[in-house]
Amino acid sequence: MSLVQSAPETTQPAAAPRATLLAWPEFNKPAVWLVAVILLIMPFIASGFFLIEIFATTLILGTIALSLMFLAGYGGMVSLMQLTIAGFAAYMVAVFGMSANTNISLGWPWWLATPMALVLATIFGTLGGTLAVRTEGIYTIMITLAIGAAFYYFTNQNWAIFGGHTGINTIATPKFWGVDWRADVPYYYVTLGVAAFCYFAVQYVSRAPFGLALQGVRDNPRRMAALGFNVNAHRVAAYAFASFIAALGGVLQVWNYRQISPGSVSVGACIDILIIAVVGGITRPIGPYIGAFIFVILRTFALDLLVKLGLDGNRFRLLIGLGFLAIVFWSSDGVIGLWERWRRRATTPDKRAVGGHGHG
Amino acid sequence: MDSAAPRFSAVGAGAALELRGVTRLFGALAALTDVTITVRPGERRAVLGSNGAGKTTLFNCVTGDFPPSSGTIRFFGEDITHFPPYERIRRGLRRTYQISALFPGLTVRDNVYLACRGVSRGRYSFLRPGTNDALMSAAETLIQAVHLTAVKEQRVAELAHGQQRQLEIALALAGAPRFILFDEPAAGLSPTERRELIEILTSLPAHIGYIIIEHDMDVALRVVESVTMMHNGRVFKEGLPHEIEADPEVQELYLGAGHE
Repeated sequence: MSLVQSAPETTQPAAAPRATLLAWPEFNKPAVWLVAVILLIMPFIASGFFLIEIFATTLILGTIALSLMFLAGYGGMVSLMQLTIAGFAAYMVAVFGMSANTNISLGWPWWLATPMALVLATIFGTLGGTLAVRTEGIYTIMITLAIGAAFYYFTNQNWAIFGGHTGINTIATPKFWGVDWRADVPYYYVTLGVAAFCYFAVQYVSRAPFGLALQGVRDNPRRMAALGFNVNAHRVAAYAFASFIAALGGVLQVWNYRQISPGSVSVGACIDILIIAVVGGITRPIGPYIGAFIFVILRTFALDLLVKLGLDGNRFRLLIGLGFLAIVFWSSDGVIGLWERWRRRATTPDKRAVGGHGHG
Repeated sequence: MDSAAPRFSAVGAGAALELRGVTRLFGALAALTDVTITVRPGERRAVLGSNGAGKTTLFNCVTGDFPPSSGTIRFFGEDITHFPPYERIRRGLRRTYQISALFPGLTVRDNVYLACRGVSRGRYSFLRPGTNDALMSAAETLIQAVHLTAVKEQRVAELAHGQQRQLEIALALAGAPRFILFDEPAAGLSPTERRELIEILTSLPAHIGYIIIEHDMDVALRVVESVTMMHNGRVFKEGLPHEIEADPEVQELYLGAGHE
């Protein structure tokens, strides 16, 4: 057709060196390299406590929250069951792998139990997503919350597989090549590797057809159908992808604590993931990690701070709640929204909306 | 009916779009009643009618946005009455919306790229398009055809109204359209933009037929060869443009009221 064939040569000037930059424009930023280097040399700076309790925990919670960011930020679907999917993966590691509960655990080696857990948790999350995509907005939140709550109560009462309210303890962690991968430094690098993989996967997919189409579904599902997309199938596929990321986070978490019990998959913990994602910001994949860092810092040190001020240390959630309120009040994009606005004001006071990443 | 009637009521496998007895109810309200329309491949037709005549509902039934309550719709001989919208689009049907239905959070290029991707394989692809991606080139060409090259990197939310209307059309031209439904493409356009729109419509390849809903008779009658006049959810009259324009009943119903 004449329209499609007129002057195609104008699309050619992009030369070969730009090819990699087009595929990965993120590597163009020095800040990315700086953060990467700091995270890589962290074991030489931080003590074991900081390495695991602060940084590894941040990376795990950030990865689970990243799966919510992917669904909510790109797909417009707020799923409260992401922690439940992670918890499901954690339980499956315990059930198929080795633990002190020999009547439950099947005793598979980690390299069989882990893929099994990932596959089953992805299927679990995809089935939940299949239910959730039939609804929109607040009903999606309700359905996913209901799945999370149901799973919590089910694990509490099921003794045959989930070990009831005491859960499953002393779960075996991988040991191979002469390395105990649960020792602080190796475990930190495993966590960092998985988190980096998930972060770059989400970042990469957001500019790939699958991710772009998901953003199209977020902006205008009806038009997406009128462009030839099967909107519901696309949403279910997004749940599958997000479930896999959440499942990876769950496997890391169960290796970290070496035990899993209903307390880890409570409704409160599900909501913590939402708070982490929203406080960090759901417009970009870095948001959940920033949110997780703030959450972990507050959870770890607010107690001491409050006690020093003569208050009950258990009130640290009050601080998180106040912080959550403040951020939602001042910035719908979370901390990255605040930072972007500040940077825009500081660097280009006269040019508004240059980058235009934020949502109005 | 008049002398042109046999031409427009011809029923057969050769039709691009064939509606038979299409009715659409919203509760007790009948937005469309027993609408039968046949459009030949490559035919360009205007649908006229006052507000509430059922023009946009007609489009929604054809694309499947709202399926018809009864009746059948055939697209190039295939019964698509119960197909989901995306299946109809993948068969070469396209539409534009009266109120721009775009993706405000994405750039112009990504909008058009999605339209190209929607009617080809790899909708779920996890691989970013490279510099020599065929669909990206197709998108760039479409962007150029609707004069949006200068703003292709901008987010759609930042575009002017006229530019959004142009983009609306670009989305409908993606891939290999066989038949397009234009829902008031000229709404809110400046005289210059209207001229550009007429140019785009008249330069479409001859095999692409379309139906256009348009209140502006200067635009509508210059780009079509036949006219269907709708009134209260029914087909009121069909004919050649000059016949419809001269029809006293039509003038009383529509043109008279609209041009006073």
